[in-house]
Amino acid sequence: MGIEALAESLGQNILTTTLGKLVGWGRGNSVWPAQFGLACCAIEMIATATAGVDIARFGSEAFRASPRQSDLMIVSGRVSQKMAPILRTVYDQMPEPKWVISMGACASTGGVFNNYALLQGVDKIVPVDVYIPGCPPRPEDLLNALMILQERIKAQGITPRQ
Amino acid sequence: MSTPEGVTISRTGEAGAFGGELLTVNFGPHHPSTHGVLRLIVDLDGEQVRSVKPVIGYLHTGIEKQMEALRWQQGVVVTDRHDYLSPPINNLAYALAVEKLLGVDVPPRANALRVIMSELTRLSSHLVWMGTSGLELGAMSMLMYCFRERDTILDMNEEISGFRMHTSYIRPGGVMADATPRFLEMLEAFIRAMPGHVDEYEELLTMNPIWRSRTIGIGRLSAEDAKVLGATGPMLRGSGVAWDLRRAIPYSGYEDYDFEVATSDLCDCYGRYLVRIKEMRESVKILRQALDRLPDGPVNVDDRKILPPPREELETSMEAVIHHFKLFTEGYSVPPGDVYVAVESGRGENGCYVVSDGTHKPRRVKFRSASFVNLQALERMALNHMIADMIAIIGTADAVLGDVDR
Repeated sequence: MGIEALAESLGQNILTTTLGKLVGWGRGNSVWPAQFGLACCAIEMIATATAGVDIARFGSEAFRASPRQSDLMIVSGRVSQKMAPILRTVYDQMPEPKWVISMGACASTGGVFNNYALLQGVDKIVPVDVYIPGCPPRPEDLLNALMILQERIKAQGITPRQ
Repeated sequence: MSTPEGVTISRTGEAGAFGGELLTVNFGPHHPSTHGVLRLIVDLDGEQVRSVKPVIGYLHTGIEKQMEALRWQQGVVVTDRHDYLSPPINNLAYALAVEKLLGVDVPPRANALRVIMSELTRLSSHLVWMGTSGLELGAMSMLMYCFRERDTILDMNEEISGFRMHTSYIRPGGVMADATPRFLEMLEAFIRAMPGHVDEYEELLTMNPIWRSRTIGIGRLSAEDAKVLGATGPMLRGSGVAWDLRRAIPYSGYEDYDFEVATSDLCDCYGRYLVRIKEMRESVKILRQALDRLPDGPVNVDDRKILPPPREELETSMEAVIHHFKLFTEGYSVPPGDVYVAVESGRGENGCYVVSDGTHKPRRVKFRSASFVNLQALERMALNHMIADMIAIIGTADAVLGDVDR
């Protein structure tokens, strides 16, 4: 078979892209969050997974109990001083590439609790990719944050985190 | 983990009853079935549980201390966030305590709206319990059904207060705002639909062989044990003790409503499930009565020293402007004294102890949270059960860790 005949037989069935874009597309549409519920926001995180908002539309319905199987940590709620080392351990156990969403005012800044007990922002111990305001944020807010993160993952491609 | 010298946590290696050795395992705080960040240290003999030691404090937020730094009316916002599955009931306990110190009585319409919000909250709290417990014991679709109705309730919260979860709707002196006509329509539709939905849940679980074999005879707690351990709410009523604060020490006009106190003599996880199902039906009954008899009138006490004047008054009255300014800069002072008020939340006795020294901030606020006390019964329930049954037993305690650690 000549090269012209091959091209003709394949017709419109070929797609050309870069490896980076392909990997980014794959990663962005299969972000598996770790099951890491802390406080009030965790309930809204569960609500995001139920039929009403349905996070499965974005490929992230597989909340994994083990950090070894997850790509995304949704810090959903207030992080106490006692919980902080455990949160960091769970983060360290997640394989690269990994991302963090800081869900709600408490996780992002300490929220209404400016006191001795709470970590004033989870970004003090782990790098955060997307912050969500709200106390707690609506499930739609979490979906929006996930979509922002997906865009970023797709743009990042195959290159590792800086 | 660092422990004081001479204290050992692990019993690994001690002789067990079956010729083997005990094994001490750590359970949590990051574990999918602990309903938050509960940590348990469990001694196992083979697969049997020999002891359970809860380790708490992983969600300690300093809420009680925080309230000492906030003015009386600001404290309401923080009460929302300790038992985050029943915010209006927490508001109610605090509001009743402050009102008792102030010596004010809220108008009848405010009381009725408080009852409506409390019962809606009880329903949503039980729905979250049933959804997550179902999920843990393999009834995955329960979560979808329960959260569907929970979302309807949250939509109503949003309609009446502007916020889905932490409504801060019930405040000392009354409620945040009057019910909108749309809220009353939504409530009417909800009351009509809810009994059918409860039937739906029962169809899925009550005679379900897997659900029954995972809960019947599991986590037994006798009435004596429940009383001695201070358990309240469905934990106590599931052991056959008809103790409900709405009936025993009525508040907010609960004495005028006709409802049954749900109990079960089964004393196990299944009994507590039946109690919660019954309570949901009774809550709908209370909602029906409250909506039908909703009185007209104001929803706040007519006292400018506690609550700000209406907006239109600000444009015509200098006195109103002064009141407004004083309330939002200094706040109001509460007469010295201390008071304990308890209300019935979805989990049991939710008490609020408030000490005032006569200033515009509380001297001390203490919450008697039902989850914290109910957690004590965990070891008694789990003793000599299989490790897999721990999941059902933790679920049945319905502990909200924000409520335990505060």
